[in-house]
Amino acid sequence: MGNPNKPKAQRGVMRWVDERFPATQLWQDHVSRYYAPRNFNFWYFFGSLALLVLVNQILTGIWLTMSYTPTAEDAFASVEYIMRDVEWGWLIRYLHTTGASAFFVVIYLHMFRGLLYGSYKAPRELVWVFGMAIYLALMAEAFMGYLLPWGQMSYWGAQVITSLFSAIPAIGPGLAEWIRGDYLVTGITLNRFFALHVVALPIVILALVVLHIVALHEVGSNNPDGIEIKDKTDADGKPLDGIPFHPYYTVKDLVGVAVFLFVFCVVVFYFPEGGGYFIEKPNFEPADPLQTPDHIAPVWYFTPFYAILRGVTFSIFGLEAKFLGVVCMGLAIGLLFVLPWLDRSPVRSMRYKGWISRVMLGLFVVCFSVLGVLGVLPSTETRTTIAQVCTLGYFAYFLLMPFYTRLEKTRPVPERVTD
Amino acid sequence: MADDGVNKGRRRFLVAATTVIGAVGAVSVAVPFLSSWQPSARARAAGAPVKADISKLEPGQRMVVEWRGRPVWILDRSTEMIQRTKALSADRLADPDSSKPQQPDYAQGPLRSIRPEIGVFIGICTHLGCSPLFRPEPNAEGVGVDDWPGGFFCPCHGSRFDLAGRVFRNVPAPLNLEVPPYYFESDAVIVVGASEDEEAA
Repeated sequence: MGNPNKPKAQRGVMRWVDERFPATQLWQDHVSRYYAPRNFNFWYFFGSLALLVLVNQILTGIWLTMSYTPTAEDAFASVEYIMRDVEWGWLIRYLHTTGASAFFVVIYLHMFRGLLYGSYKAPRELVWVFGMAIYLALMAEAFMGYLLPWGQMSYWGAQVITSLFSAIPAIGPGLAEWIRGDYLVTGITLNRFFALHVVALPIVILALVVLHIVALHEVGSNNPDGIEIKDKTDADGKPLDGIPFHPYYTVKDLVGVAVFLFVFCVVVFYFPEGGGYFIEKPNFEPADPLQTPDHIAPVWYFTPFYAILRGVTFSIFGLEAKFLGVVCMGLAIGLLFVLPWLDRSPVRSMRYKGWISRVMLGLFVVCFSVLGVLGVLPSTETRTTIAQVCTLGYFAYFLLMPFYTRLEKTRPVPERVTD
Repeated sequence: MADDGVNKGRRRFLVAATTVIGAVGAVSVAVPFLSSWQPSARARAAGAPVKADISKLEPGQRMVVEWRGRPVWILDRSTEMIQRTKALSADRLADPDSSKPQQPDYAQGPLRSIRPEIGVFIGICTHLGCSPLFRPEPNAEGVGVDDWPGGFFCPCHGSRFDLAGRVFRNVPAPLNLEVPPYYFESDAVIVVGASEDEEAA
């Protein structure tokens, strides 16, 4: 038997259901009596928007698989077929391609919110770690999805990225072959990336989203002041500074959804290629293993890490530059996972942290953005130097965090959330 | 019920034994799934090393074989060609000692080959993947430079390579021509696509 005191509907169908399944309890725990801080601001739109984009990707993705053929011979033509011959195929495809970029836009803003208000700090470490796992799975999902149209950039992007694994000493070349299933990227690679993109990774991502939300609802949402609303409750145990997620935040998020969809539709209908950033120009030519495009650049959401990879042009400790680049790129993502244990500040929010933390976060954002721009451009000596400086800035934010968060003087944190 | 008569030691042993056997089973089941990602028999056959008989190749001649969908040039360099290649001033070449990883270790150095006379190169321009033309004679016409030592000229964007596949300076191609792994099975037979040490595997 479940919880004998669990909330149940008094009569009707819901009563019948509640005696067999905790429907009312789930609804109350996660929606109508999930108390969220009342001082959420602009930055709190992006979690629900990420969910919206996920639904868009799954729905349009399912429809795309109905007309797509995952073979080297037919993949490119089947995408053209979707674009030209399938009823509304162009719209479904553009919703999917634009959705991929939109996903990273909202995820990056969502993650920045976490950095800004210390949402990763105790007791929300697992919320952050699950979130990072989603981000990692999403990168794999996007990378594999980009191969499927089997255009020139699909092909050469996959060739370059799978080659990264061959930089690992000893096991590298074998590992790259194992991932590709062939000596080069071929139809075999395409077919397996298709399976991973449409079946395996979406299941992983959905499961991680459930874990992310369950962990969040266990500890409760953080807020711009970074204080615990559970510390101040009324006689019934409800947080004084909390409001039920429904209807307050469902309605607030609906406004975010409307604004987001407006911008999203403008892109889908008027700039579906995103100026060559959402769908790169060489991808309008079919993949040709004998013809390398002039300039291979990953899609914009990978470029900061690509710039870090390319920025490592020197060998140290007898390790090759290429391998060190891969290590730095891996480390750049890996450090985000351990962020909750790097921040030693007694306060969560940037509102009450000291000036060093603020400067470092600003530096991090600048470095990340500059790296993102550099990763799109062909490399020159000057750009490589700038990329190296920004890589240092990127790592300094994380590696110096245990020191500056402890040293700096923080401001007093209020008892209750501020308006 | 409660704990009456429970043999804790036996219970612990059974739990441990079941866990170990279960873990062995899980690892064993993982093997076929992970191995399934290896190149299939068909992919291996299509990418297998190719053999070429070079006994009929005269000094100064070139033959072309196909390996993994790409043309591989096998070039028999005459003594005179080797001299011309060695005499080439390093200032004119982007990577004269082939320090960039465009060849197996055993094919490094100025001639980029195992035997000085036999050069093996993947005949794909490192710029945009055209196949360069064979212009072995000194000062050949149409290569766009005076003082041409003989080599390969890419008609697409004018990249130039010498008879060791080394790229000249100030051409679009950034890297020397790629040297595939190869070894000599006998005096007359060359195997392209595998190194001698790998063959045992």
